[in-house]
Amino acid sequence: MSDELLVHLAGGTALVALMAYALFGGADFGGGVWDLFATGPRKQLQRDVIAHAMGPVWEANHVWLILLLVVLFTCFPNGYGPLAIALFIPFHLALFGIMLRGASFVFRNYSRKSKLTDAAAPLARLWGTVFGVASLISPLLLGVAFGVLTQGEIRVSDTGQVHHEKPLPWLSFYAIGCGMLALSTCAYLAAVYLTYETSGELREDFRRRAILAGTTTAVLAGGVFAATYFEARWFFGQLTSPRCLPVLLVGLFFFAASAWAVYGRRYWLSRVFAAGEIVVLLLGWGIAQLPYLIYPDMTLMDAAAPRATIAFLLTTLPFGAAIVGPSLWLLMKVFKGEREEVGGRR
Amino acid sequence: MDSLIAARLQMALSLAFHMIFAAVGIGLPLLLVIVEGLWLRTGKSHYRDLAHKWAKATGILFAIGAVSGTALAFELGLLWPKYMELTGAVVGHIFGLEGYAFFTEAIFIGLYLYGWDKLKPWAHWLCGVAIAASGVLSGVLVVGVNAWMQLPLGFTLEDGRVEVSDPIAIFKQPAWAYMAVHSTLSCFIAVAYAVAGMYARSRLKGDRSDYTRSAIVVALAVGGITIFLQMLSGDLLAKFVFQTQTAKFAAMEAQFKTERYAPIRIGGIPDEETETTRYAIEIPGGLSFLATHDPAAEVPGLETIPREDWPPVDLVHGSFDVMVGAGTALMLVSLWFWIAYWRGSERALSSRPLLWAVALCGPLGFIALEAGWMVTELGRQPWIIHQVMRVEDAVTPAGDVQAVFFGFAILYLLLGTTSATLLWKLRSQAGQSAGEGPAE
Repeated sequence: MSDELLVHLAGGTALVALMAYALFGGADFGGGVWDLFATGPRKQLQRDVIAHAMGPVWEANHVWLILLLVVLFTCFPNGYGPLAIALFIPFHLALFGIMLRGASFVFRNYSRKSKLTDAAAPLARLWGTVFGVASLISPLLLGVAFGVLTQGEIRVSDTGQVHHEKPLPWLSFYAIGCGMLALSTCAYLAAVYLTYETSGELREDFRRRAILAGTTTAVLAGGVFAATYFEARWFFGQLTSPRCLPVLLVGLFFFAASAWAVYGRRYWLSRVFAAGEIVVLLLGWGIAQLPYLIYPDMTLMDAAAPRATIAFLLTTLPFGAAIVGPSLWLLMKVFKGEREEVGGRR
Repeated sequence: MDSLIAARLQMALSLAFHMIFAAVGIGLPLLLVIVEGLWLRTGKSHYRDLAHKWAKATGILFAIGAVSGTALAFELGLLWPKYMELTGAVVGHIFGLEGYAFFTEAIFIGLYLYGWDKLKPWAHWLCGVAIAASGVLSGVLVVGVNAWMQLPLGFTLEDGRVEVSDPIAIFKQPAWAYMAVHSTLSCFIAVAYAVAGMYARSRLKGDRSDYTRSAIVVALAVGGITIFLQMLSGDLLAKFVFQTQTAKFAAMEAQFKTERYAPIRIGGIPDEETETTRYAIEIPGGLSFLATHDPAAEVPGLETIPREDWPPVDLVHGSFDVMVGAGTALMLVSLWFWIAYWRGSERALSSRPLLWAVALCGPLGFIALEAGWMVTELGRQPWIIHQVMRVEDAVTPAGDVQAVFFGFAILYLLLGTTSATLLWKLRSQAGQSAGEGPAE
């Protein structure tokens, strides 16, 4: 196998980990958003169903992020260092959000005294708010980091010195737009998933939320795409290139299809299309990013680890998957297999 | 405070914090599997109550362990980008192996905590076994990276270009095996004595139920076996450090001069200026014997090492003494307990002096764990990767490290105090049925 193929396989692996994190972890962040903005007569019920959906799986969902980091620093160490330096602040803020989100989720659970009463105990309420706010931080900041990266703001000299083109590049319209888009996509994904896991009026609540988040996502996507033209011209060129544009269009079709399915109350379809949208759009980004890890100074090949390291990690993947895959299947079967009529009961 | 100090403090804080929760993630599942297994075998309800209670504690502790572990995954790179460039290239894949184990653990934790009513009893118990096994495995694997930092091999470095000759070289070294056994045992010990200490307190307050009795017996069975194994593993590890890390070994025993019949020094104040250690209790020939089984053997002192490559001798020696002292106390109390138990279990479990001793031992396992970590990591200073990269060459050039440190210090304080408070509350709640998930 050529070095080039090996390195691109490693890049593909990182992308798959990112897709999984977006699909599962992203939806958990979205769940936090809807917890924060729970309103109406079924406010508590909305929060309960989110906690119920996340409880058994959020820790496993979270591991995709760790796998992504591991693949990045193992296979692309020369790029990981510069990214860690250039994105020191946004990554630390995202980490802050990730830690606080997970911790406050369990703290809230344990601050409630028993199953049905005292759910509104002041301490539980406080941790609930922290949980919601922390859920906003991480997708926003990770989206901003994506923006800075694709904008070509991170420069790496031949000697490995890192600097930004502009001071505080994450404050650009484009980067912040990317952050908002990531957040709104997480919220959309969560709402779509939750329509599938609920019924009755509660389901209607989440359907309305999905429509709201979907509309916001569409508007933001349009805005960010326009900003790409002005502030990230290279990336715009990549996105509209013949190898990338078709993928992007398929992704947009999936998005439209999932919105159509939500509108028409075809919840299973909307879930499949929404997940497909995320996977295809991230694939599109991966293609657009090639051959660079950090445009314009570092390609995947520049950043790559020695061959033996990459080959070893890739060789272990099937074994890892053979252990993790069936376990994950069992987890999903036990907790997500039967559709529970959560919203039906009062 | 400069960036380097801030980065070191943040790393130390993150590790010291995570270690407690990681140790619980490794140690507590074993106790859980034992009591749940006893319940399945005997059908006695107090075993089930213990399993439920400990599972609830696991719910908090594992979650905080997972998020603080994520912090480390980020911070290794964010604070030490140059370190991560080399470590990632040479042994990053070991983190990958650990990732599979941790993933498995996270999945089965979900099944275990939320699956009491959804799984058959034996299937639920097997989930516990899977957590215990994957927890140990993930710890053992991640120690592989630490062992590599102590004994970097399997690669060549020329003009900044890394070539990897053997990706699993570190697993072929006794260093890894010794360290992995030592750290795994320390997790079992820390958790076992913390649990025993807690229930000894309950018995001192007059709770003479089977519930507290079984908790203490199970915990001290695990603790009693592991503390003896730990003495053996510590001896093997010390001999290996003697052979491979002269500076660390000399600092552990505050040995400045190269000498035959080198003594073991207990306590004392090492003075790096005068290269002497005052006020220590010395056992002549002890150190030479410990290192080589020959009291006349020559032990190289710190004087053989250039001064700029010395670890902080006082901290390393002090931590080493704390670790060994705590371990010895735990061993003696275990002996006392099991001799008393053998002579009459009822008497042993109501003897106030013995219960007091067990209660006081509660924190010692964790103290030994933290102190042992300080020995191994401070003893490696000033190197981040032994004789390959110095700590100050690895630190990030990014500004704002101080601000980030203060922010995270507050976060850790918040997470630490809140988990402690919630666990304290959980302790006083009567054993209740677990139902669906932790306190949901």
